[in-house]
Amino acid sequence: MIVALAFYVFAAILLLSACMVITARNPVHSVLFLILAFINAAALFVLAGAEFLAMVLVIVYVGAVAVLFLFVVMMLDVDFAALREGFQRYAPLGLLIGFILMVEIGAVAVGWTVTPAAHLASQVPMPADMSNTAALGDLIYTRYMFAFELVALLLLVAMIGAIVLTHSGERRSRRQDISAQHQRPIDETLTMVKLGIGKGARQMTQSAPASQETIR
Amino acid sequence: MSAVGLGPYLVVAGLLLVIGIFGIFLNRKNIIVIMMSIELILLAANINFVAFSSALHDMAGQVFTMFVLSVAAAEAAIGLAILVVYFRNRGSIEVEDVTLMKG
Repeated sequence: MIVALAFYVFAAILLLSACMVITARNPVHSVLFLILAFINAAALFVLAGAEFLAMVLVIVYVGAVAVLFLFVVMMLDVDFAALREGFQRYAPLGLLIGFILMVEIGAVAVGWTVTPAAHLASQVPMPADMSNTAALGDLIYTRYMFAFELVALLLLVAMIGAIVLTHSGERRSRRQDISAQHQRPIDETLTMVKLGIGKGARQMTQSAPASQETIR
Repeated sequence: MSAVGLGPYLVVAGLLLVIGIFGIFLNRKNIIVIMMSIELILLAANINFVAFSSALHDMAGQVFTMFVLSVAAAEAAIGLAILVVYFRNRGSIEVEDVTLMKG
């Protein structure tokens, strides 16, 4: 009874915060409501018996993805009021399509049942003597090893892609560029000065064109 | 799962999917909110996966949920990186007039 009550509370907060995500005036509020939605979805996962995925949802989404959204929203200096014009214009079309979609999903759901023999088609039956985390780890390191490594590779590619995209062209660090050093012409680096007798070397250092800045 | 059964989970996931798609139509200009709507849609898919996995006592659904989570994280990272580059080039994130690629 208490579990059912908890389910309905979490589901209601999840749907309400999802509505607030798409209608909030300020995108920062949208991101914060997105975080609330993810936390409530994690609670639903716990109620369904998927504890490990609930923790992953909190860590990955609230800890990484939502903070990334927050970072981008706050870093970009965007006129969000201008982006909201046409909000009322698009609302009827969106409501219509959303309603049609909901009716279609409902039409599929009505009169649809899971056959009692569905568990016979089960790919990987849930082991009774293992915790959820142990069962999941037992699967991803054996049976789904290839897919797991593909996902790891995908994350690596995404990381490299994000770095390459956002890394700007100019270099601020003073690195050594050996080919540029080798290609400098002689007259940029070396000047021949005729010294008169008794003039000393002071004049020579003042007139030398190769100053410290041109040496890379 | 024994407390509420499969049905309520599917209703919640379906409503979340509809809210996400409605959000895409509602915020046609604001690509940040569009990406958040996509995250909501993927979350609805994940809730479906977990609900069926729990109802049918099959671990494969939870493994797939983990893969969907990582793909969603990669998608968010790449999308936001593209958004930052686009903002740096154009000074705005209006996505209605993205015609940079037109010849």
